[in-house]
Amino acid sequence: MFSAGAESLIKQAREIQEDELQKFYKRISKLLHCKDYGIETVDSLQRLYLILSATKYTRSLPADILHPLQTLLCYSKSSEQLFTLSSAILRESTQCNLEDITLDDIQDSKTLSYLTTVILAQVGKQQDVSSLSQHVVRCLETRQPENNNSRCLLPILLKLSSLSPECLNEDQINVVSKKLVDWLRYASTQQGVPLSAGGFFTGTRTRQPVPITEVDGTVAADFFTVLCLGQSYTEDQWMNMHAFSMIRKWLLSYSTEDNSSADSDDRSEIDGSVMSMVSATSTSSRLLPPKERLREKSFEYCHRLIEQSDRKALKRIDAELQKACLIEAVTVMDIICREDHSYVYRAFPCVKALYGRINGDLLFSRALLPIAQFYLNHSETAAIDSEALYRQLFENIPPELFHDSVFAFEFIQFCRANVKVLSERVNVFQLSFPNLLKFLAWNSTTLLPEFIDLLPFLITTDKAVEILHTLLDLPCLTAVLDIQLRSNSLQASERIPLDQNSKVSSSMDAFRHPYYRGMFLYMLRSEAGTGDTIDRLNVLHEVLMDMAEYPRIVQCAQIVPILLHVFFNVIAQSTDKMLINQLILVLLERSSLLFDVQNYKTEVQRVFSSQFLVLCRLHPPLIVEQSKELLEFLGATGNIQNKENFFTYVVWAVGEYLSVSYDRRCTVEQITLFFETLEAVLFEITQVRQCTGSHVHNPRVITVLMTTLAKLASRSQDLIPRVSLCLSKMSTFAHKKAASSCYSEDDTEEIVTRANELINLLKLPSVAQFVLAPSMDGINPQWHRDTSAALPLVMRTMSAVLQRESGFSPALCPD
Amino acid sequence: MVHAFVIHTLCPGNSGSGSVCRVLYSKVFSIETLEATSENREVTRLKQKEQIAAVARQVTSACSLSRQAAGKSILDLSQTTLDESSALLDADYGVFRLFAGEPFQQEKVVLWLGVISIGFTMVCEPHDNLLLAENVLRTLASHCLEHLRLLGPGTDILLKADRTEAILNRFLPHGQLLFTNHRFMQALEKDLGAYMAK
Repeated sequence: MFSAGAESLIKQAREIQEDELQKFYKRISKLLHCKDYGIETVDSLQRLYLILSATKYTRSLPADILHPLQTLLCYSKSSEQLFTLSSAILRESTQCNLEDITLDDIQDSKTLSYLTTVILAQVGKQQDVSSLSQHVVRCLETRQPENNNSRCLLPILLKLSSLSPECLNEDQINVVSKKLVDWLRYASTQQGVPLSAGGFFTGTRTRQPVPITEVDGTVAADFFTVLCLGQSYTEDQWMNMHAFSMIRKWLLSYSTEDNSSADSDDRSEIDGSVMSMVSATSTSSRLLPPKERLREKSFEYCHRLIEQSDRKALKRIDAELQKACLIEAVTVMDIICREDHSYVYRAFPCVKALYGRINGDLLFSRALLPIAQFYLNHSETAAIDSEALYRQLFENIPPELFHDSVFAFEFIQFCRANVKVLSERVNVFQLSFPNLLKFLAWNSTTLLPEFIDLLPFLITTDKAVEILHTLLDLPCLTAVLDIQLRSNSLQASERIPLDQNSKVSSSMDAFRHPYYRGMFLYMLRSEAGTGDTIDRLNVLHEVLMDMAEYPRIVQCAQIVPILLHVFFNVIAQSTDKMLINQLILVLLERSSLLFDVQNYKTEVQRVFSSQFLVLCRLHPPLIVEQSKELLEFLGATGNIQNKENFFTYVVWAVGEYLSVSYDRRCTVEQITLFFETLEAVLFEITQVRQCTGSHVHNPRVITVLMTTLAKLASRSQDLIPRVSLCLSKMSTFAHKKAASSCYSEDDTEEIVTRANELINLLKLPSVAQFVLAPSMDGINPQWHRDTSAALPLVMRTMSAVLQRESGFSPALCPD
Repeated sequence: MVHAFVIHTLCPGNSGSGSVCRVLYSKVFSIETLEATSENREVTRLKQKEQIAAVARQVTSACSLSRQAAGKSILDLSQTTLDESSALLDADYGVFRLFAGEPFQQEKVVLWLGVISIGFTMVCEPHDNLLLAENVLRTLASHCLEHLRLLGPGTDILLKADRTEAILNRFLPHGQLLFTNHRFMQALEKDLGAYMAK
């Protein structure tokens, strides 16, 4: 637990005064100078580390501390604690100068390891990395595996090479490749002798060699791998573990083809007493060049790991390791097959058998992803049918594992990484979007960025409407998934379906009630295509209301508006007019049909408002095409009450786009119909209800209604007298007592001014038409880009004049 | 390969300075790329420290969101005192991606484990074996909890940094995730025990 003590220590370390710090430095340098490495020194060094590391700003260490620490670091006889502390301190100080260290003097691997952490924390130049990595390769090359501690060299080498792959030349890569082959494939198969073993009477010499075992306790039948157990390990077995841990990255960096000459200077093949399938099928690879040989041996290693992971591990750690090994093995095989296609035919039987083995077992589901990746990359080469695997992956796995956050992350990463191939080649991928969205519904905050990338690939013309409905009901999906999870953990007796007539008192009851059964099943569907949404959606929303405040559902509701924007951005690229018409209807319908989670309706309606305009702009004739539904929507006064914002946007869109210039089919009758409807609405909210109810209408909706009426009248001029009359009533409305009690002076002023402006404008019908409905060309003026027009020239001249003037003007230039 | 390991507080909503997310220990295994080195070393270091603090803050909010979603109340967390092993079993964990440039130059994946008010965070490369990384993170966390008594009131995490270093040097040398079976693990643990006993 983080205590107040710790907090104040950090504060002290950050705020230490300069004179105090200097005193402290002096004390340390004295201790170091006397080569006193006792408790006091260690304690002071610990504090020094805290003082340096607690602040993000650099403190400079005096030379009489730096140098002794550097010496300490390079002196192999220091205790591990001193090594650790001095390397940690030097890492934090930026002045450490490593140029005066001759690498050749450092033969001890541990020293080299500590030194490397310092160098890598602040490495200056490419050549530092190169010389260090060359030194490491030399150490690896000259050292016998029996020599202790070579094992810490491999991670260093990998780190260096990932920092700069060019730091090793071809020969060095070959040297390391050969070494890796030895460690991977020819590590001893006898147990090591524990250091502490053998007292006075049981000398190590008399001990019989004990063979290593498999994780289930049987004697190992083939070469050593990380899944082999022994009381104690020999150094080459440690190297084997390290080599396997780094092989994936190494192959990725250095596995590309080269023409280096074959080298036959190899160690003998393993003494072939007992061999499993892997060794028996091993090809004779002695004459292969080192890189290819490494590929071959890595392949065999992975093959053996896959075989070994079928064994029943006695320890939980080993069972976990088996799964991690499976993932690694399949991934390494995939890398090898990508480098050399001839391996595909050897790998497939093994990967396929593995898939067959683990496919029903959810415990191994993490390994399914690399297998699927392997199929995706190579099933075409091997002409193997992969449909069943994808079906299993996309249809059966998500409903079972949506709640495992790391699996969900990896699954979605897999989809994201392969999204192009999946959407082109794997039918079931796009079809299974209801399943993919389960991951999102449950892990909404973590997976949001991933779905922003992924969602555009899931939207197809024929599924767009269904996707929109599903997104809108995402918080419901979270609720339903939660119920499903809870229900799974219940006793069987509590899960039996309820009687048709029984009363439903909670969402949990509803899950078991036949009346709601279909709705829940629809929400939990795995595949798209059973219909865009369901009837009686409001019934489902109501019955789930007891969960509306669950934090997970609230979190999910918060991300939906973002995804809606992503959705409509994709739609905006579409030219499908049918689809846009359908979506407009969905917007009108769903603007109130939403799960009532805090703020959810408001936020979604806000997105709807802006997107309604975008869709209208994309396809203006939709106002005429959907006039029936729009009239219905605008005529229902309920709509203005519970979604005023969206309503205002719809009204505005009607005024803007209901015009012959957008659609030849637009008739006078239609304009009149819309006019009359909106006129009635304006009348109702200003004259009839007059702020008597609890709801006060935003003055904006009133001004937009007035403007829209004026716009419509300007297009059908018979309506002008009517709108003028209506507008003239507005000033009397605004000055009434009832109105002035609801609206501020500014608001009434605004309403009256707008009414007067419109009345005056409509006195000149031809001008009104031009002002209230600017032609389409005016929407995207490009005059400033047109070089032959005079305007840019004038503007350039003007700005040149202004800029020159401003040079002299003290008012514009504060300097 | 793991890029960095961080131990930090998860600020369980106390008022005052206790609610600030504090990095208690961090180790960046190497600079990100060689290009960065044309910069002044101090700038590189400053950037690194800020990157780590940014990651710690993100983990803090990811963890509180995840706890919130799971319906765990913050009060329960700060009041219960559990022993290390059961605290680790109940730990929240999660993973998220950091886009290139936010804050690291290249894309990274962050794996975190929240044990009561302490966060253990590993910044991995995008293609690391996450299952293995998860196992290693749990191992690291359990040794840190044990040897630094992180759940107690002490200040070992700050004043005994060598212990955290020693744990990392064994179980995550230079950021390398190791495939250790239980026998390898025992050997490493024994070695660590010898170090701690000194």
